[in-house]
Amino acid sequence: MPIKSRLHLPHVPARPGEKPDFSYVQISPAGAVPRPQVNALVKDVAHLALEMVRVLDDNADAVGAWHPHLDASELQVGLRHMLLTRIYDERMQRMQRGGKISFYIRSLGEEAVSVAQGMALSPSDMLFPGYRNQGLQIVRGIPLVNLMCQLLSNTRDMCKGRQLPVMYHSKANNLFSISGNLATQFPQAVGWAMAAAIKGEGNLAATWIGEGSTAEADFHHALLFASVYQAPVILNVVNNQWAISTFQGYAGGEQRSFAARGPGYGMAGIRVDGNDFLAVYSVTQWAAERARTGGGPTLIELVTYRGAAHSTSDDPARYRAKDDAEHWPLGDPIIRLKAHMIKIGEWSEERHEALVAELEAQVVSSWKEAVTFGTLNEGPKLDSDLMFEDVFKEMPENLQRQQALMRKERS
Amino acid sequence: MANMNMIQALTSAMDIMLGKDPSVILMGEDIGYFGGVFRATEGLQRKYGEHRVIDTPIAEGGIVAAAIGMSINGLRPVAEIQFADYIYPGFDQIVSELARIRYRTAGDFFAPLTIRTPCGGGIRGGQTHSQSPEGIFTHVSGIKVVMPSNPFDAKGLLITCIEDDDPVVFFEPKRLYNGPFDGDPTKPAVPWNAHPKGQVDEGYYTVPLGKADIVRTGSEVTIITYGTMVFVAAAAAAAMNLDAEIIDLRSLVPLDVDTICTSVRKTGRCVVAHEATRFSGFGAELLSIVQEECFWDLEAPIQRVTGWDTPYPHAFEWEYFPGQARVSMALKTVMEPA
Ligand SMILES: Cc1ncc(C[n+]2csc(CCOP(=O)(O)OP(=O)(O)O)c2C)c(N)n1
Repeated sequence: MPIKSRLHLPHVPARPGEKPDFSYVQISPAGAVPRPQVNALVKDVAHLALEMVRVLDDNADAVGAWHPHLDASELQVGLRHMLLTRIYDERMQRMQRGGKISFYIRSLGEEAVSVAQGMALSPSDMLFPGYRNQGLQIVRGIPLVNLMCQLLSNTRDMCKGRQLPVMYHSKANNLFSISGNLATQFPQAVGWAMAAAIKGEGNLAATWIGEGSTAEADFHHALLFASVYQAPVILNVVNNQWAISTFQGYAGGEQRSFAARGPGYGMAGIRVDGNDFLAVYSVTQWAAERARTGGGPTLIELVTYRGAAHSTSDDPARYRAKDDAEHWPLGDPIIRLKAHMIKIGEWSEERHEALVAELEAQVVSSWKEAVTFGTLNEGPKLDSDLMFEDVFKEMPENLQRQQALMRKERS
Repeated sequence: MANMNMIQALTSAMDIMLGKDPSVILMGEDIGYFGGVFRATEGLQRKYGEHRVIDTPIAEGGIVAAAIGMSINGLRPVAEIQFADYIYPGFDQIVSELARIRYRTAGDFFAPLTIRTPCGGGIRGGQTHSQSPEGIFTHVSGIKVVMPSNPFDAKGLLITCIEDDDPVVFFEPKRLYNGPFDGDPTKPAVPWNAHPKGQVDEGYYTVPLGKADIVRTGSEVTIITYGTMVFVAAAAAAAMNLDAEIIDLRSLVPLDVDTICTSVRKTGRCVVAHEATRFSGFGAELLSIVQEECFWDLEAPIQRVTGWDTPYPHAFEWEYFPGQARVSMALKTVMEPA
């Protein structure tokens, strides 16, 4: 009898009621992975795509060749940004629950990704964030009030009420608009980087995608164009294990790391402990220097865990083990950086508590200010005439007519 | 008979077809273990197994393409695209391939594939969870396009589509999943169990494609509509005390031209209503047909009620949505004596 083919279905380690199991996550010891020169050939850095770059060890020491040796002041900024991201998220989640905003997405447990990467890049680099990269907005100094006004679709909303909450943008701060359609921005970032190369400018582009969204064709377009044109771009895959209810194995993570797609397309790929602030900073710095010196693109896979629900519309208790997050082997990025800073004498529990209190107060007072510009349900309200603007540069006649009809309809 | 909302009716259709025909399989993002983000496939993987109710990668192009491949190898896939707003990565496969396989092979190959997808606004979903792209698909020869407005039709139509040997894009107006909606968001939600069309046969039955439903017979004006707008139009006409004949198309391709024209010839007045944008929308096709077929019976220019020609804006959902006020304006205009 010939052996018949059989449809393989990726294994999901733990569903509700089962014991969390992260034995599938390959973890290298901190400090174990060598750091190649930034101009190394793709074939000579293949190991980076399969191992895991880590700097912070279990004793909260920073070890190995990837240790970025940041100043204490930089560490403190990093911790502050990560904490602010988390406190902002918690508060906005509560505002959604209270009916003040229609929708929210938290980045709980993934704060190091946006904050360390944002800090390792320069302000003139163009960022194409995803919906779980609020830390990038915070690193780039967007006032919380501005972010909140977007969530509220109010009179100060940078999107003029046209986008779902969390789809921020800031032209002045080089943060491109977030799209609700997954993966679309990944190849756009490559195009931006190609333009920088065409114009002979030194800036690079960086973009973020969830591991689930790497399934979209746009992901593959991005890798191909980046590789063919050696574009100065950093392509980041945030592997937080889950895409709503879909486990990362269904995006192709079961057979090989996402980082390995980099060498597959002829570019460097690095797999990094996404909850290790120092390691994330360090690999991003490596990739940025490589891109700036003509070495082309790098694909970075940030291994992390989605600590919260997918969004406020989701309930993960339906599809993953309840205490999954507590068993995640790479810990919590804030706790790990804090422990390291205390260990090297640059931080303390007292300072930490004081910082938390300060940031909570900042979030509360920002919210108070933001709601004075209106909420979804309370005035002041955005003028609904705005709906017809910016479809085109000049409003065409049919829209002018519809705008007049709408006014009539509402009077 | 049982009380069902539209989701339950759709689940029941898929349940029955999975049980009846071993070549039927379901596939889509989050549809298996989880049962779908709108829970339309709830319990079906447990009942029929992971090889028949298949979770897929997040790749609409891949879903449509793989489903086409399965369908030309003897399966009858029902693919879920999580939101109609996310169908575009599969657009090339639908337009260039799915719609033409029968034609280009002189009927030797065909692709009996049903693509289900939630559409429409009214859930504060912003521009990426609110679109009504049916007109983009009706413009392509070779695919059928269906949009039910209630649980009873949803189930019968979905079974028909699954059994159909031609490909179908099956749009589900998500605002109607849990109850009929008359366009007024400030009113408390009405569940389906209070509505006759929420009474659904638990067994196998079909509702034919290409057969419109006359929701209400009337003599003064014909309202041609489908999906969410069926209830909005009915409420607007009732509020004006108009004796309107309301036609729920249910299937846009094939289209029941007979029912439309018989009605317009009778009433002499016609309003077309859909939630989708106006310019080059499906309403334009309906207007052309009525004009071509019923010109000498018309007593007033045909009116169109639609969403505006902008993306669906998050903050202005109800200013965008073609609610009762917009329908009333059109009805007033069409009722003006010549
Ligand atoms: C083209 C497209 N398909 C489907 C969706 C619906 N959707 C929104 S988020 C999501 C999961 C994405 O998971 P992942 O890329 O892993 O990112 P994460 O949410 O885990 O950060 C899905 C399926 C969408 N927004 N766009």
